[in-house]
Amino acid sequence: MRVGLFIPCYIDQLYPNVGIATVRVLERFGVDVDFPENQTCCGQPMANIGCDRAAAPLAEQFFATFRHYEHVVCPSGSCTAMVRHHYQKYLGHHEGFETLRNSVYELCEFLTDVLHIGPLEGDFPHRVGIHQSCHGLRELRLAESSERVAKPFSKPHSLLESLRGIELVSLSRGDECCGFGGTFAVTQEAVSCSMGNDRIRDHEQAGTEILTGVDMSCLMHMEGLLRRQKKPMRVMHLAEILCQSGAHCR
Amino acid sequence: MKKNSMKSKQSILDSITDFESAAWELPPRATFGITYDDPIAQFSKILKTVGGTAIRVPNTQALLEELATLDFLAPASNIYSAIPEFLPSTVDLAHTDTPQQLHDLDVALVRGELAVAENGAVWVTDELLRHRVVLFIAEHVILIVSVASVLQNLHEAYEQLSFGKPQYGVFISGPSKTADIEQSLVFGAQGPRTLTVFLLDEEPAA
Amino acid sequence: MNHPQEAARFLANAKRAKWHDEALWFVRSKRDMAAADIPEWEQLRQQASQIKAHTIANLKTYLQQFEQKATDLGAHVHWARDASEHNTIVQSILRDHGARRIVKSKSMLTEECQLNPHLENAGFEITDTDLGEWIVQLRNEPPSHIVLPAIHIKKEEVGELFHQKLGTRQGSADPDYLTESARNTLRKSFLQADAAITGVNFAIAETGGIVICTNEGNADMGTGLPGLHIACMGIEKIIPRAEDLALFLRLLARSGTGQPITAYTAHHHGPRPDGQLHIVLVDNGRTEILKQEAFRNSLHCIRCGACMNTCPVYRRSGGHSYGYTIPGPIGSILASARDPKAFYTLPYASSLCGSCTDICPVNIDLHHQLLAWRSEITRQKILPLPKRLAMAALSHLMRRPRLYRLFGAISRSIGRAIPRTLLYCRFNVWGRQRELPPLPKKSFRRMFQQEAARREEKQHEK
Repeated sequence: MRVGLFIPCYIDQLYPNVGIATVRVLERFGVDVDFPENQTCCGQPMANIGCDRAAAPLAEQFFATFRHYEHVVCPSGSCTAMVRHHYQKYLGHHEGFETLRNSVYELCEFLTDVLHIGPLEGDFPHRVGIHQSCHGLRELRLAESSERVAKPFSKPHSLLESLRGIELVSLSRGDECCGFGGTFAVTQEAVSCSMGNDRIRDHEQAGTEILTGVDMSCLMHMEGLLRRQKKPMRVMHLAEILCQSGAHCR
Repeated sequence: MKKNSMKSKQSILDSITDFESAAWELPPRATFGITYDDPIAQFSKILKTVGGTAIRVPNTQALLEELATLDFLAPASNIYSAIPEFLPSTVDLAHTDTPQQLHDLDVALVRGELAVAENGAVWVTDELLRHRVVLFIAEHVILIVSVASVLQNLHEAYEQLSFGKPQYGVFISGPSKTADIEQSLVFGAQGPRTLTVFLLDEEPAA
Repeated sequence: MNHPQEAARFLANAKRAKWHDEALWFVRSKRDMAAADIPEWEQLRQQASQIKAHTIANLKTYLQQFEQKATDLGAHVHWARDASEHNTIVQSILRDHGARRIVKSKSMLTEECQLNPHLENAGFEITDTDLGEWIVQLRNEPPSHIVLPAIHIKKEEVGELFHQKLGTRQGSADPDYLTESARNTLRKSFLQADAAITGVNFAIAETGGIVICTNEGNADMGTGLPGLHIACMGIEKIIPRAEDLALFLRLLARSGTGQPITAYTAHHHGPRPDGQLHIVLVDNGRTEILKQEAFRNSLHCIRCGACMNTCPVYRRSGGHSYGYTIPGPIGSILASARDPKAFYTLPYASSLCGSCTDICPVNIDLHHQLLAWRSEITRQKILPLPKRLAMAALSHLMRRPRLYRLFGAISRSIGRAIPRTLLYCRFNVWGRQRELPPLPKKSFRRMFQQEAARREEKQHEK
């Protein structure tokens, strides 16, 4: 299987290792990875601030870049949600848009829903805290949110829980927002940092040694707070854990 | 004023366009609703969590015995009872001209038409109640409900209720309460400090 | 008004902000437990939302039906286009009855219309009888939450306030004692009142009845004593059938405070035999919202307050930071509809986490509406020009992959080279409390290309 790899611009520029880990993981599961060079940014920052005219051409660019792939995989819940739930108003008129929309997957859901990989074999002897990033959670439904009355599930948990030695912590507020929120992190700096610090405190109390998640943007925000406060908790993208643990199918 | 209001009415209605659409069809009556194996137990449990007390009694005799144990009744001097066989009234509503005269009412006992297991609520109307304020102004309220009229959930309740004529009806679920000061729950915020619901097995004579 | 500024001010007292956050999270947790008791919860939300959508699609019909039925029952129905008409109507009803002392139970609509100051200026004496509302009235400030009006106030402050206003013991902050003192004072107001004003939770088109929910029983104490009852409601409070109440009542209190139902749920069909019932139907901008398809379903709101309790921003900025009668996610949407310019920071007072949308008992897509308001604010050029220009510039850069690569590489090397004091200068808002990520030498695409090239070489060697 060949997939188009959609690497969010901030991962490309700031967290290249997360991109590389994504490639390694996909390849380990027998997937050939294409990285179309023309991709830059999906337009989410502009769309989130309301600047649709600035976002629309980037949606067009995305469409032109990825339209011919049967599957597009992205190591970010937020950017995937942008395509799946917010491109309609920019690309609704394109004939191939529905097809593209349905072919874009966040990494975890690609692994669980398309590749149907079962429990993974691998080693990761650490206490890990999963941050459920909001867009992955409530837009992509990578897990059931705490607000809804339904059978709980969590794709990120299901990918990690079978690794040898891993301990997944449980939090007092399992899926509260970290306060990143894109430009919110800057325009509402005080609230944003307060939210981030509260998440960190929750993870500290739960004994999290490594903080992980499906969105590097949320993790960047919390990592920024952790490093400023010189706290020992480390941050890794979920793809990095899968990569480092040597996770493979049983 | 009435004339102005008519003008305003027209202007408001004119600015509304009803947009009929299949997508906005009125859904049919809800056919779901939680049910409990023991609705009486569920009612009692919920009423307790909201600060009330449910007491099941097999017959009038048992009811009278239970009533005698209520510690607020002994010192009560002003009592309104809709069912004198259960508890004698000291207050005559027919001769109470204004509701304000009921300001020192200690106890009110009235009949509840039906009760809801799901939320511990009892339906009471003012059909036979000249001053409905007795339900709120009394320090302690006692409701008598027949066990047979304990329903599973609110959907069942509304199936039984009808609203064709001028009437006041209220679901009462527990005593008056507030948590407006730092989320501390306090009973008797404005109205009754206690609510006691007797669930009577034997249908009381009308 | 400027939400980020007000929020920063609120957060400056970190201890108090934490207390506020935890008080509301406690309510949210109670809600979760109450909802979990109902296996058909999601079905209830779905159906309630459908009924609301149906009702506002047929609002004209239902309003007229309601008026007819309510009138048949003996109520007087009035129509007010805006806040000032509403206030005038209420005042003239009071004047016609020679009423001067009024007890009022909670009504966000009368807050929205600023009825209290209007009546006070005209010489009426008005007492808000919900304990929380009364506390904020005595403090001369607006409620900070639609269900928990005094959630921002500490019991010690209530103690001090009551000591000054009611003569309670100095230094006592015991909620039981303070509530009892309030009860005694308010009881006098109830007994002396000439009229009762209430809000309306639901108005039933089919029967002409109105439903009022309280926990304290203050609305019923009010409407049960003086003979004159004025009920004020926004036109979106209509529901088609009495049986629909089952859905809404099952959702309302559980969502708001985690109770299975409010202590008192009063159904008024017509006036008391010895009294009068006046119902004031108020538009005040609602028909304008109705016209905007994107925002129409904000009229579904049943004012449970769940979106406030769950909102991580609301909990950390307090209701007053929104500067509008209704705060939180739904308030930000309604305030924007009222005046997008004055309230333009409100749609941005959200991380778009979507918790509000998942908790809303009538399925309003709150966070998507906030996003839609951001588009509207930009379209109307209300968003400050520098921000719009920055986004346009970013878009231009991102449309040019080669330029983007170059810009990224240069930025990263500058970032690595410049001294820390410069990198974390005061213009770096991100860096006030956070480190920037360590800037890598190579971008992902560079690493990927190099790896691909190496592989090709290997392949070649083979």
